[in-house]
Amino acid sequence: MVRFILSKLLYLVPTFLGITIIAFSFVRILPGDPVLLMAGERGVTPERHAELSAQLGYDKPVVMQYFDFLGRLMHGDFGNSLVTKKPVLTEFMALFPATVELGLCAIIIATLIGVPVGVLAAIKRGSWFDQISMTTALVGFSMPIFWWGLLLIIFFSGILGWTPVSGRISLLYFFPNVTGFMLIDSLLSGQKGAFTSALSHLILPSVVLATIPLAVIARQTRSAMLEVMGEDYVRTARAKGMPPSRVIGVHALRNAMIPVITTIGLQIGVLMAGAILTETIFSWPGIGKWMIDSIARRDYPVVQSGLLLIAALVMVVNLLVDLTYGLINPRIRNK
Amino acid sequence: MSDIAPTPVVRLSDAAIRRRMLAEFWFYFRQNRGAVAGLFVFILLVLIAVFAPLLAPHDPTMQYRDALLVPPAWQEGGRAAFPLGTDAVGRDMLSRLIYGAQYSLFIGIVVVAIALIGGVILGLLAGYFGGWVDTVIMRVMDVILAFPSLLLALVLVAVLGPGLTNAMIAIAIVYQPHFARLTRAAVMSEMKREYVTAARVAGAGNLRLMFKTILPNCLAPLIVQATLSFSSAVLDSAALGFLGMGAQPPAPEWGTMLAEAREFILRAWWVVTFPGLAILISVLAINLMGDGLRDALDPKLKRS
Repeated sequence: MVRFILSKLLYLVPTFLGITIIAFSFVRILPGDPVLLMAGERGVTPERHAELSAQLGYDKPVVMQYFDFLGRLMHGDFGNSLVTKKPVLTEFMALFPATVELGLCAIIIATLIGVPVGVLAAIKRGSWFDQISMTTALVGFSMPIFWWGLLLIIFFSGILGWTPVSGRISLLYFFPNVTGFMLIDSLLSGQKGAFTSALSHLILPSVVLATIPLAVIARQTRSAMLEVMGEDYVRTARAKGMPPSRVIGVHALRNAMIPVITTIGLQIGVLMAGAILTETIFSWPGIGKWMIDSIARRDYPVVQSGLLLIAALVMVVNLLVDLTYGLINPRIRNK
Repeated sequence: MSDIAPTPVVRLSDAAIRRRMLAEFWFYFRQNRGAVAGLFVFILLVLIAVFAPLLAPHDPTMQYRDALLVPPAWQEGGRAAFPLGTDAVGRDMLSRLIYGAQYSLFIGIVVVAIALIGGVILGLLAGYFGGWVDTVIMRVMDVILAFPSLLLALVLVAVLGPGLTNAMIAIAIVYQPHFARLTRAAVMSEMKREYVTAARVAGAGNLRLMFKTILPNCLAPLIVQATLSFSSAVLDSAALGFLGMGAQPPAPEWGTMLAEAREFILRAWWVVTFPGLAILISVLAINLMGDGLRDALDPKLKRS
């Protein structure tokens, strides 16, 4: 197992370096002089320009600049935002919990609905339930979620008036930021109605973000179940006279879950892409909206480091998924 | 002494073989009712796109200043001249939707073509030559895959500058690792077959082996992936348009139309509903087709 983990970790090193190269070259490729870009509309004198270039290291060869960049990263220095002047890492950490809360809720919704639906569809293969649920899943898979979000806002916020249109919590409530998760913090604050307010703000965005992963998980669970139910050990269990619930619940489901868990884990990339759209629609103050705003404001250090942090995050989660896979399926480990 | 007559050898012409393969493919494809429905909608979409100038009642960018946010014809206040209503600057929704089909199909075709050609060439090189060529190409593909696709496309567009062409290039770059991986895997399994060795012994050069001997036998998964990428391209380009990074106003691209409609969501449901519905129907049709293609082309699933 240790060898398996080490080999996986080693495999990540070139990928991570590649990510840093892409993030680094991103600012280099941009049209225009980075110093002039920072100076803004006022412009700079040639002397000041040279001084700033030297200060920022732009007068060195590109390869040296890259190694400087890498060195700063290793020290946890991700640069400062051009707009707020705050360190990018600080901003990222402040907004990150909002995205995690949204993403976690979405993946919980997707799993809690997707897995049972997939299992049921597989058991009742060809039935109306199977056909309807799989058609719905394909519709969900094809959904432009930015439009889906707008429709839900029209219906639930506009017509029914049940949920708020944007934000994480009503302005009426104020409490200390303990965990960064609004649901938990509102409970800890003990204020009446705070939790309900947080929940009502969270529900629509999480449903929107959950849509595509839900469809993928339902489809994947169904096909994994169908494959497993054709296996010899399932037939043997049935032939022994085991009750169908036990055959499905223990023999089939446990084995079918292996690819399903991987699928769930791999949704993190989908979630991050979805978070950009979902957070934009619902004005959710998370990483996705931060990235979009920074791109619009041409806040390049934020875009550069944000891209790097998100990619590194996705990479680490994918590594954890790989490791879990090795843990539950010894055949992979010893390959 | 055997009295069995030798079976006459039936020689089929290339065209006849092709016709048989097509007939077999259609037989399996037809089994999937959803796929046939998807194909039907897709053909309809192509026809709409091709004949848009004839079908559209109005110019898609013509602003009727006396008809701002007119509701659909069947609603109170609607006008027969604007069956699906007008948007905030008085442009006919139906005409814009019809012209939007051109954008979506064009985007899909261009993105898939770039991603497919690039991915196939890289995958062939990696799978055929192996060694360091393989390592370098596949590591680069891994790096591209490490980014969430929409985020990388967004940042690429930010670098290249917002616009439809750049959005298509960005999406194609983000998609091509999938084609490269599939091609590489298929090439590696085909390389071990006897017919490749035979062709090599017969003196076929590298290029001929790669493109004429091996590639045609790797096409099935690539066709399926191309269909799936087509629908994702329509979806992602609409998302980029929605975020203001894709086709720029006043282009009647569905995602861009949605972006312009955002501020009116609580006042004029039609400006939001129809463009999204158009995206959903197109993407769904292509995905249904993709499912059917996979069933028809994947021999492993055929028997089950």
